[in-house]
Amino acid sequence: MAYKVEMRHITKIFGTLYANDDVTLQVKQGEIHALLGENGAGKSTLMSVLFGLYHPEQGDILIDGQPVVIKNPNDANRLGIGMVHQHFKLVDTFTVLDNIILGVEDTKNGIIQYDQAIKKLEHLIQTYKLHVDLKAYIKDITVGQQQRVEILKMLYRDADILIFDEPTAVLTPQEIHELMNIMRGFAKEGKTILLITHKLNEIKAVADICTVLRRGKKIGTVSVKDTSIETLAEMMVGREVSFSVDKPEINQGETIFKVEHLNVSGQGRHSVKDVSFEVHRGEILGIAGIDGNGQTELIHALTGLKPILSGQVSLMGSDITHLPIRKKYEIGMSHIPEDRQKHGVVMDFDLQSNLILQNYYQPQFQKHSFLKFDIIQDHANELINRFDIRSERGAKTIVRQMSGGNQQKAILGREISRNHELLIAVQPTRGLDVGAIEYIHSQLIAERNQQKAILLISLELEEIMNLSDRILVMYEGEIVGELDPKKTTVNELGLYMSGAKRGDVHA
Amino acid sequence: MHEKKINMKDVIKNVGKVIYRGLKRAFIVMKPSLVAIGLGLLIGLIIMIIFDAGDAFPALGTLLIGGFNGGLRGIGNTLYQAAPIILTGLAVAFAFRTGLFNIGASGQMMMGAYVAIHIGVRYSLPGTLHWIVAFLAGMLAGAIWGLIPGLLKALSNVNEVVSSIMMNYIAGNLLIILIMRYVFNSSYSRSLNILRTAELPLLTSVFPGSTANIGIFIAIIVVVIAHIILHKTTLGFGLRASGFSMPGSKYAGMNTKANIITAMTLSGSFAGMAGAIAFLVVGKNIGTAFEIFPQGFDGISVALLGLGEPIGALFAGLFLANIRMGAFYMQRYSFVPQIIDMIIAVIVYVTAISSALQIVFKRYREQIKSWSKRIFKKKEGQ
Repeated sequence: MAYKVEMRHITKIFGTLYANDDVTLQVKQGEIHALLGENGAGKSTLMSVLFGLYHPEQGDILIDGQPVVIKNPNDANRLGIGMVHQHFKLVDTFTVLDNIILGVEDTKNGIIQYDQAIKKLEHLIQTYKLHVDLKAYIKDITVGQQQRVEILKMLYRDADILIFDEPTAVLTPQEIHELMNIMRGFAKEGKTILLITHKLNEIKAVADICTVLRRGKKIGTVSVKDTSIETLAEMMVGREVSFSVDKPEINQGETIFKVEHLNVSGQGRHSVKDVSFEVHRGEILGIAGIDGNGQTELIHALTGLKPILSGQVSLMGSDITHLPIRKKYEIGMSHIPEDRQKHGVVMDFDLQSNLILQNYYQPQFQKHSFLKFDIIQDHANELINRFDIRSERGAKTIVRQMSGGNQQKAILGREISRNHELLIAVQPTRGLDVGAIEYIHSQLIAERNQQKAILLISLELEEIMNLSDRILVMYEGEIVGELDPKKTTVNELGLYMSGAKRGDVHA
Repeated sequence: MHEKKINMKDVIKNVGKVIYRGLKRAFIVMKPSLVAIGLGLLIGLIIMIIFDAGDAFPALGTLLIGGFNGGLRGIGNTLYQAAPIILTGLAVAFAFRTGLFNIGASGQMMMGAYVAIHIGVRYSLPGTLHWIVAFLAGMLAGAIWGLIPGLLKALSNVNEVVSSIMMNYIAGNLLIILIMRYVFNSSYSRSLNILRTAELPLLTSVFPGSTANIGIFIAIIVVVIAHIILHKTTLGFGLRASGFSMPGSKYAGMNTKANIITAMTLSGSFAGMAGAIAFLVVGKNIGTAFEIFPQGFDGISVALLGLGEPIGALFAGLFLANIRMGAFYMQRYSFVPQIIDMIIAVIVYVTAISSALQIVFKRYREQIKSWSKRIFKKKEGQ
């Protein structure tokens, strides 16, 4: 039997970078085929080639054994290929129904005919249990539901080759579970599924076959049943990876950071309501929650990027509620921001300037307000060596030209090396590959072991579970539970995150 | 002896290398401006050919030679013209580095010009002190005129483009009122001549017959100071950080509001100096017809052509003043000097879209290569 999808010897070059280097991918009908690789390994590029977004320099694509040329996504749609992008492509102010039929709407004298569409969609919803209100507006439904809309969009266009690009990044554990059931249903119906991910657990849970890419090259295709997670990880990274975070028991010291009855304005569930907690020396306090439940507003208020409505924040015993940001840093706050390119760095500055972004005015770096460039460069080189920040031109590299992982290492290095007692780390490993994640985790643990106080906010449950000494769960702007990572499970955490469960909080 | 010779060769070689590398780097930096100038001149040439093909090439030559057509006198006049637009260009560029678009350089320059004239006409101070005071007061007036949009932006987020344009109109009308009230020469309906003591020292001994004065030196010194502030000091570090990324500099604990106010004030002071320099000359007067000084808008061209850098503004200002003078001498052919405004407009357009153009060139480079390959192959085949 011919393969449903066959991509032969695909090579895609960006400038001098081989994003895909002679990659061959063969997928059978009714198979859930995972594409595994670190960021920048070329998974998304390969799928974009299949979806007609990029044109390969070399290689052929065959669908059902027939060679095809896919020039653009419309060609891909015609061939039955659909894709759910990592960032959804929906019109917020349109209804679910309008979003689904957008571009293929049935018209009569210029007026949209909905009846057929609704009939077809209701059938699809029933068959695959993709429950969503067709009349609701996109802006009013949850991220999980939005994803279902994207899936329905593919099905409505009669796609039978379904590409999912990192579909679980935005979902709660329960939603992930449901999504996997939906995928299994598709496979049973004979649809072919391509799943792009760097999460090994998901592959283990749902995929049949896995193709591993590393630096644009295909490393191998394996049967998921017969391959251990450790082996998959090794194939992906190219070396052995340790999964367990080595976290010694240490004594917690006094309270460093105290938040009392904090209120911050925000839209709907984004606003922060009456949040109180403390962080102690030698402790990592994790805040878990689904994206958009007030975490961003909370952090912006604590670090000074957003005004505080009411409540009190104190650091090392002094009230910092309304202090300017620079004063907060001087007292002892470090902050690894959520949006590293917007806040964490000035993208068009060189690396050495970015490494003194908060400290440039201190006597160490200036004399009579003239910058000491020699010392600034030495300082940069020291951090580059200590934190293994890689870039083309060292201290003088423009940060925009660095990879995301190295930008993050630069921010981490800067924040850790600055004088501080409290480190606020928000999504410190977002979008990074396994190697970089491992490194950043070890650095956070090292901070904790040096008796610093660490506030960790992350959407990655595993990160929260592995690193935290204590977990708070945020839901709709409130702290709804305090959990001990040693005693709780990911599922229980998920229940709190989705608002299904509330606990006593004594923070 | 023999050894020494080899060393000398090496030295020459190395020096050559350094110079070559420096030129290469300079070329890479200046490429967008050079491309823009080239395209602008090309389009200007085409227009001139349409009007009069015979005179087009000599006229273009005259245009490029610019002030040098007139010998020392022409050069002197070029320098006199250049000084104010270098400073307005600097004003725009400096604000631009901080992420602000100061379109109000005209208004700031007008206020600087008026205050300088006011002091030059109505006060009598001993010798050198007089022009220095008039100059500094003009600078201060420009600074205040720049400070206002800065304050509005920092305190209530009023777009500085809109407010600084409005400040131009306020300045334009205010100028008429002030001139008629304090320094009015009713027989010519313009401002009175300033006193000799208020005049900037002239450079007539070097450039006989021209209006050249030490304004050009002031402009150069100010450009260098602005460059140092921007690139060597903590103040400049903060200003540039705000210019590249407001959220980033806010995160870093910088006072972004203070940065906006500081940048607009300094920018305004540069434009104010431009006004003082242009009018602290006996016989230069401001009329009482409503007018917004064109030098402020030239400043935008100069800043763009100078790639938003102070040093760039210096060279761009000299270039612009030079071809302006060239346009004056071009009148000996059958062309009107308005053609120069068209060429300048094209240059500015092309500079503004030069980064976009470069992207287009890059994208189609492969295609152009393959085309040219195909063409050459065909030729070989034949």
